[in-house]
Amino acid sequence: MNGSLGRAAAALLRWGHSAGGGGLRRAASSGGRSAEQLDALVKKDKVVVFLKGTPEQPQCGFSNAVVQILRLHGVRDYAAYNVLDDPELRQGIKDYSNWPTIPQVFLNGEFVGGCDILLQMHQNGDLVEELKKLGIRSVLLDEKKDQEAK
Amino acid sequence: MLSGRLAGRVVSMAGRVCLSRSSAGAGTVGPVEAAIRAKLEQALSPEVLELRNESRGHAVPPGSETHFRVAVVSSRFEGLSPLQRHRLVHEALSEELAGPVHALAIQARTPAQWRENPQLDMSPPCMGGSKKTRGTP
Repeated sequence: MNGSLGRAAAALLRWGHSAGGGGLRRAASSGGRSAEQLDALVKKDKVVVFLKGTPEQPQCGFSNAVVQILRLHGVRDYAAYNVLDDPELRQGIKDYSNWPTIPQVFLNGEFVGGCDILLQMHQNGDLVEELKKLGIRSVLLDEKKDQEAK
Repeated sequence: MLSGRLAGRVVSMAGRVCLSRSSAGAGTVGPVEAAIRAKLEQALSPEVLELRNESRGHAVPPGSETHFRVAVVSSRFEGLSPLQRHRLVHEALSEELAGPVHALAIQARTPAQWRENPQLDMSPPCMGGSKKTRGTP
């Protein structure tokens, strides 16, 4: 666990300058707030996150942790919605997922949890597997290979 | 009658807040923290229940009870996914989460999982979100 944390920290440094892929720019107001509309919103992209702040400038440590975990895995093409810009969305998404806090993470339209659960999935390897199901190859797999080759 | 009782409670709450401010040390327990502990104990009969008020690291007034981290160790979590475990904690604390509590980090473990790594983790540092939204309803 310590080793993987060390690696994570190193990777964080490397990724520090590469924020802002195309997917990240798609952050936008969702318009309506009905369950159907939120349903469409979370299903529109394979990876959808609701944050306080933006991926480039998270306004909360827990939201930042979600951004950093996705970055570690090389997930760049995801939709991020800033709930601080949109009070209706902030409440709407909590009601939709029956989850009282932000951040919230959706994979393939399915609610997976907040920061604690994503961190847990990162640490126990589940996140790599879940991303694989979405056709996203975690870059941590390649890093592991590199290290084994050395 | 009801309002009398309510007023009494407000006074006693105010008293406690003042108390915790004057002593200002770690380990003072506010009314929200006490309620969280009592409700989790009742709902999940945990073997271990560790609770930390992390509000001081955030842009809220001194003595606030807005940000918490909790480790709940209960055999009730056996066979449940992380999502289901967190939902049980949320349900027990629905009143607090709808009211004063702004952030709740949860470590929901079975007794065996807790024995592997028996510690309350640290939360990531605040990045000013509540400062930005402070004062807005």
